[in-house]
Amino acid sequence: MDTSMHHPSAGQTLSELILSHAAGQQVHAGDLVIVPVDRCMTHDSLTPEIIDALEKNLGVNRIYDPERVAVVMDHVAPAASVQTANAQVRTRRWVAQQGIRHFYDVGAGVCHQVLIEERLVLPGQVAIGSDSHATSYGAIGAFGTGMGTGDLALILASGRTWLRVPETIRVQVVGRFRKNVSPKDISLYLCGMLGLDGATYQAVEFHGVDWLSLDGREVLAGMSTEIGAKVGIVPPSGEIASRYNVPEWLRVQPGAHYVRTIEVDLNTLGSQVAVPPEVDHIAPASELGDVKVDQVFVGTCTNGRLEDLHILAELLKGHKLAAGVRLLVIPASHRILQAAAEDGTLSILLAAGATLGTPGCGPCIGRHMGVIGADEVCLSTANRNFRGRMGDPNARIYLASPEVAAATALRGSISDPANL
Amino acid sequence: MARVWLFPANIDTDQIVPGRYAPYMTSEAELGKYPFIEYRPEFAKTVQPGDLIVAGSNFGCGSSREYAPRALVAVGIAAIIAPSFSRIFFRNALNLGLPLFECDLQGILSDGQQVTYDNTSYIITTSEGAVTSLPQPPAWLQETWAEGGIVQYYRRHGRLPVGANR
Repeated sequence: MDTSMHHPSAGQTLSELILSHAAGQQVHAGDLVIVPVDRCMTHDSLTPEIIDALEKNLGVNRIYDPERVAVVMDHVAPAASVQTANAQVRTRRWVAQQGIRHFYDVGAGVCHQVLIEERLVLPGQVAIGSDSHATSYGAIGAFGTGMGTGDLALILASGRTWLRVPETIRVQVVGRFRKNVSPKDISLYLCGMLGLDGATYQAVEFHGVDWLSLDGREVLAGMSTEIGAKVGIVPPSGEIASRYNVPEWLRVQPGAHYVRTIEVDLNTLGSQVAVPPEVDHIAPASELGDVKVDQVFVGTCTNGRLEDLHILAELLKGHKLAAGVRLLVIPASHRILQAAAEDGTLSILLAAGATLGTPGCGPCIGRHMGVIGADEVCLSTANRNFRGRMGDPNARIYLASPEVAAATALRGSISDPANL
Repeated sequence: MARVWLFPANIDTDQIVPGRYAPYMTSEAELGKYPFIEYRPEFAKTVQPGDLIVAGSNFGCGSSREYAPRALVAVGIAAIIAPSFSRIFFRNALNLGLPLFECDLQGILSDGQQVTYDNTSYIITTSEGAVTSLPQPPAWLQETWAEGGIVQYYRRHGRLPVGANR
């Protein structure tokens, strides 16, 4: 089809379908809509500021519908200072006062992982979080996106938000992963190809991954925010279709209009590494040269799930960390931690020399539990490597898959897991 | 007269207000002292209410911190004109009533240039008399800016200002 001849009746993208359903009328890319928000999520880091915006700027003391709200303590949990502890006390009091039932305290895990595990976001819903990685909800076919303080306060007050229906970039995945290559490599490859603003205001739809697990889909959806995308949606097929009741209307439509299609060929894709200080500075792991590391961090909403811990354990089993390397493992949720304890994964990691942290964001945002110092190098499975993100501005953060993390922990310098 | 402040592409929220100058580390009243404090220290010292920021693409990328656009409101920036904005910055600015225009004036206006900016006709006139029209904002957006942003609009009207109009 000649895309310049696109007509609204030709078909809709998943974003258009979800926002049409929410708005109660057929809408298309470029339209402005006001839609009810099915799930609104705030976390410990911004909830106090949102309470201020709600009470002082909007003059609202009762939120619209506590049942649609979830609050998760994950950014600095457990509290690392008197200041954060006091802010958390205030948040807990507010949660109780508003009657918010979906409250997840210290140790429950990273907000996005918790919301998906607790089935607080469902396929076809609109879910807004006070966190840019709320695009993660696209993993189950929801329209998930992050917003700032004022928007969250407006949603808490009104139960609604305004959105511009995004244009969609289609990512067509071809083939299957080569040995020790995984979803993070697709995401980093896309960052390198499209750049930090390559999908600004737009949606990304991932096709050809019906075989991919929920864990893998969460990586693709969550990382979409790193190319500026509003949402990253994986059609709710395969594992998602078997775990959820996917609404009839939420199906990929053949005539949908995509502004661009990008093919990613897994038959040739190798391990990718984001080189500091930008997520779109991408190099193949095999071409990095000798980069010695001080700390390896496996965790976060990007790569701290059970599948990631299994990969790490499989590659570390029977081995010890390279001399001088610290391996910090922070499961993305309490449920993941418990599962990894029960199936023996943790024993393998501990035997290899890993250090375990409380489920939550860990040192991803440089506030606690593994902050790095000047001139230190960290290989992280997280999602951002901006200057100063994990601590000292002169520390350097490289981003990669759990497989690269395992190879790096064993060798002491950033290594291509293809050679393991 | 208003001064034009020219910035390159990919200005991130850490360049606008570094995290350690966040209001919870300092105070809301001091926020106007901090825009570009490390990246361009003369900015906060000499910026005047009504000045314009003209930038490259992806202005405001990085974190969702609302105090970045709030600091620019605090010093009285009349408008930011860039080919594109990071989407969370875009929403934060709209909530605060800070006008953003998606248009590329990098090759047309220069840093330090003196202009007049008419915030009802959206026309910029240089001291030499050259005239540039900014893209005309839709009526709802003009109304929202006039009321001080979406948050204030909601407070006054009890509803959001935009509708699902094709």
